[in-house]
Amino acid sequence: MTFTRRALLVGGGQMVIGAALATRMAYISVVENDRYVLESESNRVNLTLTPPRRGWIVDRHGKALANNRVSLRIDLIPDRLHNKDMVLGQLRTLLRLDGDAMDRINRDLKAASGFQPVAVAEDLSEGDYASILVRLPELSGVAPQRGFARNYPTGAAVGHLIGYVGAPNAEEYQKDKDPLYITPGYKIGKDGLEKYFQPMLKGTPGAKRVEVTARGKVVRDLTTTSDIQGKTVHLTIDADLQEYVARRMGRESGAAIVIDCQNGDILSFVSMPSFDPNSFSDGISNSEYAWLRADDHQPLINKATRGLYPPGSTLKPMAAIAAIEHGVHPSERHTCIGGYRLGNRFFRCLGTHGSLDMPSAIMKSCNSYFYWLADRLGYDAIAPTARLMGLGEEFQLAGSSQRYGTIPDSAWKMKKYDQKWSASDSLNSVIGQGYVSVNPLQLAVMAARIASGRRLYPRLINREFKNEPLPFSPEALAVARHGMDLVVNGAGTAVRSRLPLDGITMAGKTGTAQVRGLGTGNGKSGTWKFRDHGLFIGFAPVVNPRYATAVVIEHGMGGARAAAPIAKDFMTFLFDREKAMEALDTFEASWGGTIKERMDRDYAAWKSGASSDPEPGVPQ
Amino acid sequence: MIPVPPAIQRIPWKLIAILAGITGFGLLVLYSAAGGNWSPWALQQGVRFVVFLSVALIIGRFPIRIFEDFAYIGYIGVLVLLVAVELLGFVGGGSQRWLNLGFMNLQPSELMKVAIVLALARFYAQLPPGNTRTWTALWPALVLIGLPAALVMLQPDLGTALAICAGGVIVMFVGGLPFWWFGSAAAAGAAALPVLFSMLHDYQQKRVLIFLDPESDPLGAGYHISQSKIAIGSGGIGGKGFLNGSQSHLDYLPEGHTDFIFATMAEEWGLIGGLALLLGFFLLLRWSTRVALKARTRFGQLTATGLTMTIFFYIAINLAMVMGLAPVVGIPLPLFSYGGSSMLTIMTCVGIVLAIENDSKKQSSRLS
Repeated sequence: MTFTRRALLVGGGQMVIGAALATRMAYISVVENDRYVLESESNRVNLTLTPPRRGWIVDRHGKALANNRVSLRIDLIPDRLHNKDMVLGQLRTLLRLDGDAMDRINRDLKAASGFQPVAVAEDLSEGDYASILVRLPELSGVAPQRGFARNYPTGAAVGHLIGYVGAPNAEEYQKDKDPLYITPGYKIGKDGLEKYFQPMLKGTPGAKRVEVTARGKVVRDLTTTSDIQGKTVHLTIDADLQEYVARRMGRESGAAIVIDCQNGDILSFVSMPSFDPNSFSDGISNSEYAWLRADDHQPLINKATRGLYPPGSTLKPMAAIAAIEHGVHPSERHTCIGGYRLGNRFFRCLGTHGSLDMPSAIMKSCNSYFYWLADRLGYDAIAPTARLMGLGEEFQLAGSSQRYGTIPDSAWKMKKYDQKWSASDSLNSVIGQGYVSVNPLQLAVMAARIASGRRLYPRLINREFKNEPLPFSPEALAVARHGMDLVVNGAGTAVRSRLPLDGITMAGKTGTAQVRGLGTGNGKSGTWKFRDHGLFIGFAPVVNPRYATAVVIEHGMGGARAAAPIAKDFMTFLFDREKAMEALDTFEASWGGTIKERMDRDYAAWKSGASSDPEPGVPQ
Repeated sequence: MIPVPPAIQRIPWKLIAILAGITGFGLLVLYSAAGGNWSPWALQQGVRFVVFLSVALIIGRFPIRIFEDFAYIGYIGVLVLLVAVELLGFVGGGSQRWLNLGFMNLQPSELMKVAIVLALARFYAQLPPGNTRTWTALWPALVLIGLPAALVMLQPDLGTALAICAGGVIVMFVGGLPFWWFGSAAAAGAAALPVLFSMLHDYQQKRVLIFLDPESDPLGAGYHISQSKIAIGSGGIGGKGFLNGSQSHLDYLPEGHTDFIFATMAEEWGLIGGLALLLGFFLLLRWSTRVALKARTRFGQLTATGLTMTIFFYIAINLAMVMGLAPVVGIPLPLFSYGGSSMLTIMTCVGIVLAIENDSKKQSSRLS
């Protein structure tokens, strides 16, 4: 029978298909079970990361240089945003967002997917935050967060020292592929110590696992692990001194460093003017950045390690040590006749000092005496001593990028210019002009090494250096110190910067460095940019030195005039805070307030000027 | 032993047990899919089952002649309804598949699945056996199938159109048409696939493409298949347990109470539940195939085979779809999925097959 045969065939075919379906089901649910269990879990469970609190950066006494403050923020969860236009409209009104902010939010929303939050606004006032909270039931997809933001209590005073944090950019995310990088509110170190210590400071993110429906409704919380705060970084900095020095610099442009002569600890590391790292951490506005860029005092450059200056006469104590090591007796005298004749050229001195021995030559900062030494010894005899003092050296210093300058000698000149070293090169070099350039940190290290007699290395964290004794005779070091003592406490160039303290004196050496050659004025007046730099190195107390310092004031017109008085005040601060604060209060009253007050006013003035007449050539 | 009254004896208890077993299991799944509630689905489905089962049992009492006599008229009537929905849809400015009868929405295309089988069965039952290898045996059948299939495709409802074709073609096959006709038709169909594909609507084309590679668009149109496979796969052998299916309860599985109810079930009951359900369907189909083999008349044989195929087609396509072996075509799982139309169709099929069974029993008892 055809029918029976065919009906059985159909039935058999159906059974084969049925068996195939059963096999398929077994395959999915048994063989591929693991994979689908995983996918089912990743459907069901939504993981949100909570950015970890960043570790603090504290000074030597545990006082915070960088800490965290509560920051109220509003995010959007794209998957839960069902009535986008209504919600965005409400947020715009409630938080008074401008067009730029709305554009950014819309852009981020387009790029984001799922549960990846999109930031709406940070650092809200309690009032604005509360206004969102009460309307939350009608604002689906809006996620208010009580997060943390980086805070720098002393603001601009630590700008160049600490650096700043910021939201990771696309390249940084591509590099590290850390999902935390795209979590709103997460910041990474972008510059300075914040960047250098990023691995230590970042901490471990917290996580919140919630069970969610396909439409994003949270059914219940599963587990919440709290974040682990990043480790605290202890610096050698003295926060109070750091702030004092920054404030005492006033409106000047320059750098000041204080080093502990016992171990190389950097107590203060200031470059002014500076930027307020709080502004950067909150996401600096284009106009504020343009304002910083436009300032001819260069607040974005860390002059302590990236500023190179001719050191001028601050090198003379070092040159004295080199001379003694090469057989010159400190009691040998040279007569200054207002200059020094080399062949048919006459190298001028700033005065006519008459007959001088070595300590008084340092005291008077007599160029003639040192021209005489350099002519006699040659600079190749002095340069190694300069290098032993840390000049021209790049230090292993956390988080800094250094320009280390030049200590020239004949080999250097041959290599660089293919020219022979001349005696006049020696004369220029010995008074810290010509080819010589150093950064302020190196000057401070030199001061610390002269004061301690040891090869101290500067450090910002507790890092062990050998700090072995310098290979100089105690006599040589004593002469240099004695000369520096006379500079301040004898009849030297910095007598007006004696410490106003009983029993504690400071030794030092001023320096005045020409910015331009002859013909552009005398460096004592005229356009700010062409004025001489003022430098000062020093240490205190003279007996058993504890603190060494270097101050560089750009275009300060002279070390005695611009740099030494600042050093005087902050060295006083180390021994008598009240007295030092009195001096500072007087200055700040005449300058127009604290750093922050002045910066705010300057910025406001710049903005009102810039809005009508934008600074040409300022990059965005 | 207590004598069982004939009236009770005549009730097909075994069949009712199979149907109730499948539907009862379905009710549990619907109860779970509603988050542990009898409403909105399980209770209504249960009531509907009782009503439709009664209808099936009543249909089963009809003499088989009635179906044969009314086969053509019924077919024409349903065809008119199909044209009517098409026109209504045209007037209404969109596609429409159902007519609102007040108490329920009637899908004429569902009725057509039964009507086509009856009409073709009658046609081949009346065709003289010598004519099965001639042109006369072919073209009327092709017209009978082609007209409703084309109308349903216009709706557009690919799944139902295929179901109508499948039922019809099986009747032609068991009707005795030459084997090679089917072979060459299959070959021609395969060759024409690209042309047919180009005739599909955009969304249907997309569904087919995504079926071929569901992972290509996991959050878009491939979402259905991906989520369904996740539900089935994560169930494992024993399932996640009753009321514990996260895919369905958290709404990741779309249509978890209708077309994708098998995935909802598999997530909570696992492979064991799936095999149990397949066993239930196997018993149902075995019963109707046996009826076909034992049928007294040629019309009965052809009708029973065709209706068996109609039921089977539902099951096979739905399961293939939820397991990612077929495109998403929108065919419910018989007796299991929530919905009146499909249950009405299945129960009508069951009722007619029951009538054929009763007819053959009467005859055999008369003979003995």
